[in-house]
Amino acid sequence: MLFIDRHMVHEVTSPVAFLGLKNRGIKVLHPERTFATADHNTPTLNQHLPVEDPLSANQLAALERNAKEHGISYWGLGHEKNGIVHVVGPEYGITVPGATIVCGDSHTSTHGAFGAIAFGIGTSEVEMVLASQCIMQPKPKSMRIHIEGEVGNGVTPKDVALYIISKLSTSGATGYFVEYTGPVFENMSMEGRMTVCNLSIEMGARGGMIAPDQSTFHYIKGREFAPKGADWDKAMDYWQTLYTDEGATYDKELILQGSDIEPMITYGTNPGMGVGISKNIPSASESKDSVDSYKKSLKYMGFNENEPLLGKKVDYVFLGSCTNGRIEDFRAFTNIIKGRKKADHITAWLVPGSHKVRQAIIDEGLYDILTEAGFELREPGCSACLAMNEDKIPAGKVAVSTSNRNFEGRQGPGARTMLASPTVAAATAVMGVVTDPRTLSN
Amino acid sequence: MAYDKFTKLTSSAVPLPIENVDTDQIIPARFLKATERKGFGDNLFRDWRYNQDNTPKEDFVLNNETYKGKILVGGKNFGSGSSREHAAWAIYDYGFRCVISSFFADIFKNNCLNIGVLPVQVSEAFLAEIFEAVEANPEVQITVDLEDQTVSLEGSETVESFDINAYKKENMKNGFDDIDYLLNLGDDIATFATQRPF
Repeated sequence: MLFIDRHMVHEVTSPVAFLGLKNRGIKVLHPERTFATADHNTPTLNQHLPVEDPLSANQLAALERNAKEHGISYWGLGHEKNGIVHVVGPEYGITVPGATIVCGDSHTSTHGAFGAIAFGIGTSEVEMVLASQCIMQPKPKSMRIHIEGEVGNGVTPKDVALYIISKLSTSGATGYFVEYTGPVFENMSMEGRMTVCNLSIEMGARGGMIAPDQSTFHYIKGREFAPKGADWDKAMDYWQTLYTDEGATYDKELILQGSDIEPMITYGTNPGMGVGISKNIPSASESKDSVDSYKKSLKYMGFNENEPLLGKKVDYVFLGSCTNGRIEDFRAFTNIIKGRKKADHITAWLVPGSHKVRQAIIDEGLYDILTEAGFELREPGCSACLAMNEDKIPAGKVAVSTSNRNFEGRQGPGARTMLASPTVAAATAVMGVVTDPRTLSN
Repeated sequence: MAYDKFTKLTSSAVPLPIENVDTDQIIPARFLKATERKGFGDNLFRDWRYNQDNTPKEDFVLNNETYKGKILVGGKNFGSGSSREHAAWAIYDYGFRCVISSFFADIFKNNCLNIGVLPVQVSEAFLAEIFEAVEANPEVQITVDLEDQTVSLEGSETVESFDINAYKKENMKNGFDDIDYLLNLGDDIATFATQRPF
């Protein structure tokens, strides 16, 4: 049984849990440990207007009502702190090392970047935590993923994660909690670590974590909900004990070489179906999936065995999500498109992870560069990552997306998703076809 | 939320021999907008089951009258992806009480156990045997005995045992959820809360 230090709540997986409390006649036990934000179904244009879709509007209203009734802080649509739950948690200092963090969302693994125990839960479990601040879980096995050496130029944290998933498959870490170790992760920014930990669930792991270090403490210090003064000193005393024990043993270990990783892209309908961007689509015999599953995937994508990925025509580009919707992602994207133009046939959706990210894009001058290049910046939310709002990729269209899942229909019925980093997305957006950002001259 | 007790189930099965069936296939995100738990069965496997004009896809198993029953049999790594409990709700609401596969994703498995759908993990070989038997005879009966933790197939010698957490097993047999248990620990939880460093 685990006591939960921080419980994050959003509009889609919470209403039935609140209804459960109502039916039992009980209140949220620790509203001060509970944080609500609206993100999954919110529109990314005209957020100042009433939400057009009545079902989404109803769900948003239910969250607002429930938050008010139970005394939970609520960062709803239009609130200055609104954004994707896994973006705003860290950026306001709610996420801290050693904390147990849950949310009715599988990408809660993101918060493991701070050395927190963070994992996604179902709605029955949301109700348990609201009612008792506790949750019962089977103890997971442990896995270490260690990357030796360094990654090459132009290789981003997203590529590191997609590379690991391509090695492990989408079920290779099921039943495990992962710890990421080695110089590649130690030298990674906090936002990069969040991208990696975010994708832990895509290899099947409930959670993934990185031991907190000076980068972690530096990131947290001074954020609104972070401990202050004497509380900070006390917290630091504890956090500094959360290093990886010398000689720690794991139930499973995977050791990879940083120099083997190149910018990655997916060609199929699960995140394990990724390869280096310069390579061809693997043949059925090289694929980790069964032949039936592999063929079904390629048929859905409209791709053929052994085809090159570079040069494939793309219709949509999506930059955003809890995986790649932070300021460093927008900086990386802007750095590539600077001085270039969006390809005419590309529809690009640039969706910041939060209002704070959006404001930073404007303050740092990225907005002007993006606009100059023909891009439009939207308002924050989960958007086309899961296409619950209006941001749906049309059937049959190919999207290069910085999000986390390329499942059939994930970005809209019939949509074809290729997962990649913000830099691959940027290079593709200007060239109009799948492009290796390293081949664009500066 | 309480659910019907699960003790022993004998039923024909609906076969879905596809690997990596993710929760976006079980129930696409656009159907997650309800604020109550009802009606999700109508949208179970929506995009595999219906064309975009809402006409049924004839080659999908749920549209094939030949296959019926309270047991869904899926390929390995069933339920990967999103944590949406709506996937388990849709399966329950459609009328399934048990899912058999050779491997389940963690969150989906927990969600099933919390709402009264029994996830039964069998060996790859037995899963293949079940698929073959159901294909040969759609009426073939599968028996899942929770008390004994066994699963057997009519006409086959094979009887496999399956794992389930002892606490979850008791809950499933009695139709209980975890909340009553947790609420009874209120004093201990209150004490523990004061000891947390943040």
